[in-house]
Amino acid sequence: MTKARSAIIIGGGHNGLICAAYLARKGLKVEVLEARNTLGGGLALTSSHMSLHASILKDLKIKLTSQAPVKTIALGPDGEHLCFSGNTVDGPEAARYAAFREEYLAYAKALGPLMLNTPPRLKDFDRADAMTFGKLGWALRFGLGEEAMREFLRVAGMNVYDVLEERFSAPLLKGALAYDAIIGCHVGPRTPNTVLNFLMRLFHDSGQQRVSAAATTSALEEAAGKAGVTMKCGAKVASILVQSDKAVGVTLDTGEALRADIIVSNADAKTTFLDLLGTRHLDALFAHRISKPRTDGDVARLRLSLKARPTVPGLPDSDLSQRLVIAPDMRTVERAFNASKYGEYSKEPVMDMMLDGRTLSINAAYAPLKLKEGWEAGAEGFKAAVLTVLERYAPGLSASVETAELMTPADMAEAFGNAGGHWHHGEMAIDQAFMMRPVHGTAQYETPVAGLYLCGAAAHPGGDITGLPGRNAAKRILRTA
Amino acid sequence: MAQPNYDAIIIGAGHNGLTNAAFLAKAGLDVLVLEKNDHIGGATVSRELEPGWFYSNCSYVCSLFRPEIYQALDLGRHGLEIVPLQGSVTFSQNGDYFGSYHQSDIKRREIARHSQRDADAAIRFDADLMKWCRLIRGMLLRTPPDPGSFKARDAFEFAFLLKKFYELSEAQLYEFIRFFTMSIADYLAEYFENDLILAHFSGGSIIGTGLGVYSPGTAYVLLHHAMGDVDGNVGSWGFARGGMGSVAAALASAFQSLGGTLQDSATVAKINVNDGITTGVTLTNGDVIDAKCVVSNLDAKRTFLNLMEEKDLPPKLVERAKTFKIRGSSGKLNIALDGMPEFPALPKGSPLTLGHMHFSDTLERLERAYDDWKDDRWSEDPYVDLLVPSQYDPTVAPPGKHMMSVFVQYCPVEPDGGWTSEKRDAFGKTVIDQIADYSPNFKDLLVHTEVRTPNEIENEVGLTGGNIFQGELTLDQLLFNRPFPGYAQYRGPAQGMYMCGSSNHPGGGVMGAPGANAAREILRDLKKPDVTPQDFGDD
Repeated sequence: MTKARSAIIIGGGHNGLICAAYLARKGLKVEVLEARNTLGGGLALTSSHMSLHASILKDLKIKLTSQAPVKTIALGPDGEHLCFSGNTVDGPEAARYAAFREEYLAYAKALGPLMLNTPPRLKDFDRADAMTFGKLGWALRFGLGEEAMREFLRVAGMNVYDVLEERFSAPLLKGALAYDAIIGCHVGPRTPNTVLNFLMRLFHDSGQQRVSAAATTSALEEAAGKAGVTMKCGAKVASILVQSDKAVGVTLDTGEALRADIIVSNADAKTTFLDLLGTRHLDALFAHRISKPRTDGDVARLRLSLKARPTVPGLPDSDLSQRLVIAPDMRTVERAFNASKYGEYSKEPVMDMMLDGRTLSINAAYAPLKLKEGWEAGAEGFKAAVLTVLERYAPGLSASVETAELMTPADMAEAFGNAGGHWHHGEMAIDQAFMMRPVHGTAQYETPVAGLYLCGAAAHPGGDITGLPGRNAAKRILRTA
Repeated sequence: MAQPNYDAIIIGAGHNGLTNAAFLAKAGLDVLVLEKNDHIGGATVSRELEPGWFYSNCSYVCSLFRPEIYQALDLGRHGLEIVPLQGSVTFSQNGDYFGSYHQSDIKRREIARHSQRDADAAIRFDADLMKWCRLIRGMLLRTPPDPGSFKARDAFEFAFLLKKFYELSEAQLYEFIRFFTMSIADYLAEYFENDLILAHFSGGSIIGTGLGVYSPGTAYVLLHHAMGDVDGNVGSWGFARGGMGSVAAALASAFQSLGGTLQDSATVAKINVNDGITTGVTLTNGDVIDAKCVVSNLDAKRTFLNLMEEKDLPPKLVERAKTFKIRGSSGKLNIALDGMPEFPALPKGSPLTLGHMHFSDTLERLERAYDDWKDDRWSEDPYVDLLVPSQYDPTVAPPGKHMMSVFVQYCPVEPDGGWTSEKRDAFGKTVIDQIADYSPNFKDLLVHTEVRTPNEIENEVGLTGGNIFQGELTLDQLLFNRPFPGYAQYRGPAQGMYMCGSSNHPGGGVMGAPGANAAREILRDLKKPDVTPQDFGDD
């Protein structure tokens, strides 16, 4: 009997666990090494919609017991709020919104063949790549039909600002929709390509089931465990071992060396190639290229413990625990973005938040990684800016704050080890997407170093909690390694 | 009054309308060009607004004009002479400058003066840019294929494009896609590190756009300003001797020598359509002129919303025309000067005043100028492209005097509360103050200043929103999406109705290509021999 091949997964984020589980189910001996003391990585930061792709839940037999779906409520400055739920929205533009959602969900679905497969190479492609191209072409031309395909080809490179201006009139509605296209990235509503961001997010739209991060993590841990994966926390990988141009193992920061046939990195691309591997194992052009992707985070997380539940005029208390968005109109979002281009935080930030008991978890944009004045000096100012905006919607909230814990992109980078502290391990933009994610030459999960693979959000199809990079990477490894 | 019948009527005597008309006349058609103004040229115009000075008061340099068209219409014989202009300079706030000399060794030495690393990268940069130029140039004189069609011709066009792309290596293919979708700031960051050099090379990427240097898609616009050539020198720029009006004059002369009729001060009120078939036009004075086909040189918005009736158009097209992105973002100052202004930052006798001059020395300043535009204000600290063509061309100013052309980015279509003459003057003052910061004697030399905001450009030239490209150059409005999906092959919705303006592929920039491409499609429909030129190809 031949000995089972072994694999080491660097990083126990959700993509690492999913990749591990897929590999182990096919008989590989898999070990996950996680630097932190808990698994799940950046999952811990998400507070609202979990949307692991359905195929993963099915393949790994994961059952997540979800509570009631979450609605998104856009808070209006005048106390007139707008509630989004699935394809419906309040107010006079409900019918237009339903049509818009349906149309854009169809576009998102047409991206399916690309999202669910290894991104095909443009030259020298193999049969699988040709299949992906074929399916994508079919989905666009016949899945969508002629008119819709033309429209898709028009809007795919557009900015969300112009598209929403074409379709809607209510500023609050446009502001909240634009927010979903920009959050997590260093872009504003007027940045071209934001429609693609929006579509990719729609692709993952699961109807916004609420599953806690902890529940998702333990479900993934259980699935991996059942498949036979060994998981080791507190095991920080210091470097990737290379022999004869092949990755053969890793060393831990304790000096211990672990060997395996296959090394898979759930870390971001810069960390993987520049820190763990080292440029001496790369050719100069690739090393240059891999140092360039935009990976600076632009969102901070603010966690407030409150003395009492806040009150928002015009919003019933029962709706307080829905996902609340403050992005009153697109101009405000764009202006908030302006500041971050120059290394300043938004004086008037936009944000979304979830209330859990008396803890309010807020994602606030924009908070650039490289703040000119430094975050040590700027943190208090940004907290105050967020609270000033919040106070307008929830009078009295500031006075009720017991503790306010700010996590800037720099803190996220520190805590989770992803260079730049970007939500998605790198901007989601056409020049960093698909066969160019994270850069060409390593977009098919393989790397220039034999035996080394990527499986994190730095790889196609990128960020958000989809698990698809982990799943696609595992399938690629099983097919080619 | 009875009017004779024509084979084709072209609405608008801009350079594309005239190019189109000239090729149709060359093919033997009986062609009438109608122009609403009392002068021809549209945005390729020279006007004597101050006695002795001839302003190219819209377009001001000539680079992209297709040499194939120049040759096919023998424009040299009709008096068009392009004088190459060389180099460019960006002044720095600290008193230094960066000069991009035409001569490559000197240019590299100048880059090295600011950064040795950037001087090395410049070799890579020039080579890459030239590769993309070559690729795109081959598409300019072709009709974009329709992705929704299964016609043999479209399939053939797609195959041609694919073949062209597949001549690149795999890595180059990815790099090309990235180039097409990146911001100029990100693109340049892959080569350069020096602020002044980054700012200098990114300026061309925002000219005429509603985008900033950090907006994806601006790297491509750089190409739009770098792929032109003068006398076979790719990337070089030139002045039309006598001003841009000479381009239109030469085209008109070629057109008339081929038997065409040109009528100015004739405003078309409407394109007549009967049962889906174009019959001719009605003028504002009530005259009806019949023709087999009608070609609009107007932008897509004006063509469909002003010249055509909603009942003659598919509802979807009306919707498209309404949402067509054609926001103006540029202004222009045309200045008559008593003498040549001094720029003390430059060494004495420096040739750099002969080229483009800029005063934006950081990406941040360029981007902040864009932020102003997004909020419907003109830029407090604008990006200007300043030229003094009278240094080359003594015909545009009296002896010893000079004419200055200042292109200004950004200027809003409509500032809060609309344009007034006070606001226009304030806008002009912002620009003049900026120039005066670098040229102490500049203000004393001012004889006459014409300030043009998008408002003036729209009212006089008829470019909606004052957009200099007849429609923004973003991915959703390029190639088969230009002007609208399904209408990118120069044909309108009614039989016999065509479009030949820059709203169509390959867009604006005084190329003449949309006019020539539209002529090819018309001649094809009329089953006439194709007299339009083919791309010269690589040298």
